[in-house]
Amino acid sequence: MSGSRTRVIFYTAAAIISLAGLADATYLTVMALTGETAVCGGSASCFQVLGSAYARIGGIPVAALGALAYFGAFSFAIFAAFGYPRMRMFFAFIVCTMFAMTLWLLYVQAFLLHAFCRYCLFSAAVTFLLAGIVVAIPPSRQTPAS
Amino acid sequence: MKRYLPFIIVVVAALVTLASGTVLYRAKRPAVLTIPKSALVSGSGDADSMHIRGPASARVTIEEFGDFQCPPCGKLSDPINQLERDYRPRLRVIFRHFPLPNHAHAREAAFASEAAGLQGRFWEMHDLLYREQSVWSNQADVRPLFESYAGMLRLNVDRFKKDMESEQVEEHVASDQKHGAALGVRTTPTVFLNDRALAPINLNPTGLHAAIDAAMKTPPPHT
Repeated sequence: MSGSRTRVIFYTAAAIISLAGLADATYLTVMALTGETAVCGGSASCFQVLGSAYARIGGIPVAALGALAYFGAFSFAIFAAFGYPRMRMFFAFIVCTMFAMTLWLLYVQAFLLHAFCRYCLFSAAVTFLLAGIVVAIPPSRQTPAS
Repeated sequence: MKRYLPFIIVVVAALVTLASGTVLYRAKRPAVLTIPKSALVSGSGDADSMHIRGPASARVTIEEFGDFQCPPCGKLSDPINQLERDYRPRLRVIFRHFPLPNHAHAREAAFASEAAGLQGRFWEMHDLLYREQSVWSNQADVRPLFESYAGMLRLNVDRFKKDMESEQVEEHVASDQKHGAALGVRTTPTVFLNDRALAPINLNPTGLHAAIDAAMKTPPPHT
């Protein structure tokens, strides 16, 4: 299998995985906006995590930022799969940023809140998969064209 | 066509995400619950057996349906106490039990508060249960802890133990829960400001302050 075809497969897989993360983050964003994370008895059983001060940055739900990041990763992966070389760099950059953010959020859950939320853990798994894809994608020999 | 395909895919994904997010938001958005005028607590009759802080003449009434094992209720307990002090005598706070079935010790905690209430120390037990929530919530058997709390509050512990098992206490909790269910309460805390439930997103000190200030400017609906 040629390197180019392998890359298309990897980026297509990355786009599909990003969609799973996007769905998860969208759901969490909606829960944050409706306030469901601030009560007991709703569908969310992750109050300690999603209702904590760490779940918002400057008043914006972290989940909303996650949804934007997943959408970015999806878009870059799609363009990269269609042969836009510069998008590979953007994809790698956004996934690295998400990976770093995920490590921070896992630290917060494990050591500061002492509680885990299954939706957040799913998102972490998705980001780790995307990071694995970034590492596994064979390097391109052609110089990126604009 | 292939040139435009990635743009089309990205735009379609964005539209589908926005549409599904909007549909989900509408489905999840909590219904606005209201208390019918006939069910509002006036200050006489039924009010004698209820847990109320603040005068009957208060301009604004906060009626909370709470669960002692629910972390958000615990988080809201101190701010509501503080509000009651800040707005006294213009604010009245009512507590009603709504123990959720997924909280193993919530009903027992409600019984403990009622048993303390029979000795005139409901609010002290209420505050203590919320303050110690993380301690007793994870215990297999909470009775010894609740009995020690009764001792700390200088209650007659033998009477407290007996009252915790009494029908009177059980009926009071069941009655509150039935009342809440009839109003459409499903989650805790559900907080009614006069006759209208506050959105969960406003269940924080800032949101409560703003809602109370707004309610202070309008005449209470039950006068």
